[in-house]
Amino acid sequence: MQIRKGDQRPLRNEEDVVYARQAVRSWAVEMAFSLVDQTKLVTAASELARNTVVYGGGGVLHLEQLEDGARRGLRLVFDDQGPGIADIERALQDGYTSGGGLGLGLGGARRLVNDFQIESAPGQGTRITVVKWK
Amino acid sequence: MERIPILKMGRFLLVTIQVDMHDRLALQLQDDLTERIVKDSARGVLIDISSLEIVDSFIGRVLGNIAAMSRVLDAETVVTGMQPAVAITLVELGLSLPGVRTALNVERGMELLQVSLDRESLSTVEHDADPQG
Amino acid sequence: MPEGSPLQTLLEQQQARLLDDWMREQLASPNLRRDLIGDHELRQQSAEFLGALRDAMASGSHSVDGPAWQPVRDLLGSFSRTRALQGFRPSDTARFVFSLKQPLFTLLRETVPAERLGEETWEVSTVLDQLGLFTTEVFQKSREEVIARQQQELMELSTPVVKIWEGIVAVPLIGTLDSARTQVVMENLLSRIVENGASVAIIDITGVPTVDTLVAQHLIKTVAAARLMGAECIISGIRPQIAQTIVHLGVVLENVTTKASLADAIMVALRSTGYTVARLSAVRS
Repeated sequence: MQIRKGDQRPLRNEEDVVYARQAVRSWAVEMAFSLVDQTKLVTAASELARNTVVYGGGGVLHLEQLEDGARRGLRLVFDDQGPGIADIERALQDGYTSGGGLGLGLGGARRLVNDFQIESAPGQGTRITVVKWK
Repeated sequence: MERIPILKMGRFLLVTIQVDMHDRLALQLQDDLTERIVKDSARGVLIDISSLEIVDSFIGRVLGNIAAMSRVLDAETVVTGMQPAVAITLVELGLSLPGVRTALNVERGMELLQVSLDRESLSTVEHDADPQG
Repeated sequence: MPEGSPLQTLLEQQQARLLDDWMREQLASPNLRRDLIGDHELRQQSAEFLGALRDAMASGSHSVDGPAWQPVRDLLGSFSRTRALQGFRPSDTARFVFSLKQPLFTLLRETVPAERLGEETWEVSTVLDQLGLFTTEVFQKSREEVIARQQQELMELSTPVVKIWEGIVAVPLIGTLDSARTQVVMENLLSRIVENGASVAIIDITGVPTVDTLVAQHLIKTVAAARLMGAECIISGIRPQIAQTIVHLGVVLENVTTKASLADAIMVALRSTGYTVARLSAVRS
């Protein structure tokens, strides 16, 4: 598998979340994802970027264009050095209830992409990797 | 500081969201709308999102909050113009926007609001007409 | 400046004669599809090719994949693509290129000294072989693109969204649904709802023999998405077998209006949009 193109964006504050959305949108458009897939990618990126800023104390978004044989994909890695997630299972289960709550939104974001991976532990930061294939 | 403009249309307030909002702007809209509902004695709020290409869980929550707060202030909220791709993504995300009424466009949205108001005033009349009081 | 190769000189100085010889060669071939291409057009294409070949040779490079040969590849590519669409066989464009060999060899024999003839002939052969192979690749790709496009069109055509009345659209699904097709249809339906300003959408599955979990889930998601947009869906024409499958699979059709027949669904839709159907009273003449 090859990485054809890579870039990164800082995720320090809420303006960066907007810039991250725009970057993901422009990469998705360039790779000719369908409109629905573009929307899913940008929405997932918005959720995860916000988590990085709000819960992770800020971090970085890595964007990579992947080529695996015939198929091409967009990989996004959300990296922070924050407190880490204590109970990953539960974080993935949190749904969005009308009450709001601390829903990290990971379960929802996972449904919007093809591959989803979390590496996190208390005190060790969090890295979330998602891939959407064309 | 930038704000999303709110237009008064009779007894309704109309908001057209055309920018990619950052979180603070969305919260500001929430505050501004609540104030205006009281100030203008508005009975309905139309939020047109036909230009919004993304609705994530935060924006979804803001829309839900606006609907809930408006109701407390005796106003109905209708969200109009949701794009198909956005609707499909929200369903996948598992967000159902509870308490938020929707319509295809602003025109339909206004009809909806009007029907609600008419129905309400009708029941008031019936109540008054009741001889038992 | 390096001396031009004999082939290059030939192309520059004897293009007219070469073109005539080549045309004679092509027209004499039993493989020529005269029903698909006229002599005049063939001559034009041959002349263009010779011109492009001459220019490419002038660059000094014999590497057919290189940038100097891009114009030749583009030209052959367009010939190949058009022929693919016109109904030629894959080998026809390749044959177009290979048929140039004989006239070229004849001319080379006349102009090149014997000791160099072998080498020059080999060089010409190699270049034309590579170009011939290139055309078959382009042909193949064009065919694949046509098939992909036709598949897409077939999916869309087979599930048209029709406007029943003001504010009411219907999509009659026919045939076996697979996940990909259902997704396409559903996205199409949602766009049409916006286009038509429809507040009710009827999804009729009378013509669908079976439904699996994935398809059922797509249907439910579409209903949910339409509702989020401000339109209600009615699913009609659920056959007994499908009803059984749905229950058996544990799929929950909560808050989804279902009607046995399309006719019933249309009545419900009309009523909910404020219409009713009334019979005209008989007119006595």
